[in-house]
Amino acid sequence: MSSKLNSTIQGQQLVKTETLKSFDYLTWGLAIALIIGLILAPLWLKNYGLILLCTWAFRTVAVQGLNLTMGYAGQVSLAQAAFMGVGAYTSTLLILKAGVNYWLALIIALLISLLIGFLIGFPALRIKEGHYLAFVTLGFANLIWLVLRNEQWLTNGPLGIRDIPRPSIFGYSLFEPIRFYYFSLIMLALVTLVVWFILRSPWGRAFKALRDNPARSESLGLSQTTYTLLAFAIGSAFAGVAGVMQAGLVEFIDPDSFVLWRGLLLVMMLVVGGSGSLIGPFIGAAIVTLLPEWLRFTGEYYLVIFGLGVIIVMRYFPKGLAGLLPFVKKRFFTREVQS
Amino acid sequence: MQLQFFVQLLVSGIATGAIYALMAVGFALLWQTSGTINFAQGEFIMVSSFIILWLMGLLHIGLVPAFFLAMFISMFIFGFLFKRILVDPLLKYGDVPLIIATIGLGMIIRELTRIFWGANALPFPSLVKNKILIFGGLRVGTADLVTIAVAIVIIAALQLFLNKTFVGRSMEATAQNQDVARILGINVDRMILYTFLINAFLVTSAALLVTPKLLAKFSSGETFGLIAFMAAIIGGFNQVRGALIGGFLIGIIDNLAKFYLARVHLPFTDITLNLSPYALAIPLLLLIGVILFKPEGIFGRKEERSI
Amino acid sequence: MVAGYGATTILNSTTIEVHEAALTTVIGPNGAGKSTLFKAIFGMLPIREGKILLEGQDITHLKPLALLEKGMAYVPQGRNIFPQLSVEHNLEFGGISLKNLQETRVRMEKVYEQFPILKARAKKQAGTLSGGEQKMLEIGRAMLLEPKLLLIDEPSIGLSPILVQQTFDLLLALRDRGVSILMIEQNAKKALGISDYGIVLQQGRLAMAGTAQGILNHPEIGHLFLGGVVKV
Repeated sequence: MSSKLNSTIQGQQLVKTETLKSFDYLTWGLAIALIIGLILAPLWLKNYGLILLCTWAFRTVAVQGLNLTMGYAGQVSLAQAAFMGVGAYTSTLLILKAGVNYWLALIIALLISLLIGFLIGFPALRIKEGHYLAFVTLGFANLIWLVLRNEQWLTNGPLGIRDIPRPSIFGYSLFEPIRFYYFSLIMLALVTLVVWFILRSPWGRAFKALRDNPARSESLGLSQTTYTLLAFAIGSAFAGVAGVMQAGLVEFIDPDSFVLWRGLLLVMMLVVGGSGSLIGPFIGAAIVTLLPEWLRFTGEYYLVIFGLGVIIVMRYFPKGLAGLLPFVKKRFFTREVQS
Repeated sequence: MQLQFFVQLLVSGIATGAIYALMAVGFALLWQTSGTINFAQGEFIMVSSFIILWLMGLLHIGLVPAFFLAMFISMFIFGFLFKRILVDPLLKYGDVPLIIATIGLGMIIRELTRIFWGANALPFPSLVKNKILIFGGLRVGTADLVTIAVAIVIIAALQLFLNKTFVGRSMEATAQNQDVARILGINVDRMILYTFLINAFLVTSAALLVTPKLLAKFSSGETFGLIAFMAAIIGGFNQVRGALIGGFLIGIIDNLAKFYLARVHLPFTDITLNLSPYALAIPLLLLIGVILFKPEGIFGRKEERSI
Repeated sequence: MVAGYGATTILNSTTIEVHEAALTTVIGPNGAGKSTLFKAIFGMLPIREGKILLEGQDITHLKPLALLEKGMAYVPQGRNIFPQLSVEHNLEFGGISLKNLQETRVRMEKVYEQFPILKARAKKQAGTLSGGEQKMLEIGRAMLLEPKLLLIDEPSIGLSPILVQQTFDLLLALRDRGVSILMIEQNAKKALGISDYGIVLQQGRLAMAGTAQGILNHPEIGHLFLGGVVKV
């Protein structure tokens, strides 16, 4: 029956507890049900529902990137939407103006976001104290917006770019919503696998060690700066991918889609979902995507309600909604063991 | 003629900078005394101008009485309530949750403003009718002069209060070292409350001065917040003086850049470019440069913390 | 007394006594809870159990301001000045509990008499003072209240040997004027050498208390600072 034994000190007494196996069954069951549900979703969703799910998918990809920077490396990036803009514009311009193949354009967009992430992160992260990455990304987000707006010869300025193509693979077009949906889902799955892999690798363990005890990890010989920089650059590259996904989905991009407050919204998605948790980004992106649908009666108030939600989450569950999971586990799926 | 023109730009730059200084000083004060990096600062300024407009319409009063009423409302909501409801409970979790909560608050204010007053820019009365005065060939607007005068009176009063009164010095002490302030018996919590009230006052003043130029619009908070942020970091956020100078600097750069970037002649070519849309890029690049080379700000000090 | 930070208990069932008009030094290895003890006494940390008495009066849970009014002053470890305020204005904060600016000014003059260097630098920013001058400013600021009990945490840290001697002489002079002093010192030998009483803390508990001479001569005491455990 017992799977994990934990010892905690309550008061002056050592209490041994075990997590019931039913908890593992339940979480795995839920996860598998969700994956199957997502795969089968086109059976009962119309185009509109699929578009919503695609929106959720690219937002989740972006928020997962942000999670590497914020949740694991503990730095705030305000330019996640700007990096999406970098990805979206890079791929779109390469495809439309240079005739580059979609997949190659996707990879170049990813690499450019990664490179810019390194270029920005390197100076900002030299200083460990304070929120210098937040300040630099704030500046960067505005600079990108200025460039996108003003370099009309390249970006068509505030009017944006229309008729962005969707990809095709081996001559098989992914244009139809149902196909584009599976494309988004596979991208989401790939990014999630990469995050999963990063977190399980020695690297990811270093991230977690850094987050939980910076002083000690430093003495173990991990360079905080290097790991934080890697986290930020990879996180930014994910944003680039998310931007490509968004451009394909909406078939239109303009500078205002990637303006500063969109980046702030991504930050809020992460913290509401739960930063530093693998499922946090899925929850946060789902809330922002579905809230306007669920709260139709509230009409334009939905961002106000979301803002209030952010404050309430920060106030009462600083670990986000995903932070409730350990609580549920402790409350309902843990029992004391007589030693 | 060239020089005269430059001086004219400088004067209007100083007027803009004086307003920016008002935006930034309160922001830096909050940061110093309570560790609150207020991402809703711009929205505080933006909505203050709507509150002034609303009071003028509601009570059929003039700009000045509406301003004073709005100031009290703002001090209560963005000073007292903001601190008690949002900052006090969140500060113990560290600064990131508080940063995010203020981002959320900014979004709430922006959206509510859009819902109540609409997305269109509304005209806003100015303190005086703008007349162009000519001093020996120098053309200077009265609106600019009044803006400079009002802002300088407010800033000077604030400086006098901070340096010449015991309460003001206690606030500075709280900003410089909270633990020691507490040990000496300074009522630290009250000093922090005072900085929130002062910030609310400065925010309303900035709204009064900036809105005639830029109109009242729900989305302008983002720009104001960015300016406060840049001024505080460029100048040095651990000092009131830093934010003050940072504000003036950005205002002046802004005005000069808008004009001189309009016709940039590329050397050795016949090409002339209009780069004035990039005027904002100069303080942004300056911000990044400061973080690179002098992270404590141009006029700031390295933080020396006791153990 | 039991006190600590958050969920961690640093001090555990420690009872100490400070003698009147005497210099008592608290020694103990790093992490023994010396500074925590001071913070707890001075109302900077919540006290979970136990009591603090000053001349028979219960002063547990009092805030710093109330403690200052009762005649206690505290000079913590490290730099405790406001570097961007002038020396004069730094000194002025010593008199907050007097609630009387006139009286504060009078007493500031007395402090200046004792530390002429502070008077000479009165208008300068405190951050421009040397390390020793800053420590004098801190002690002078605490003395402004003419406290009955002075808590001072590692006054010698970062000072040159001559300045350390000066600081110790100053503390002795205060003691001779009837001030009770509780001091933490890393330099145990030297501090106990000038002290009347000594207290040894170890892992948040009282390991030993007695006259300074008695502790200095105790066979186990050297052991303690080599990382051993004292058996009492």
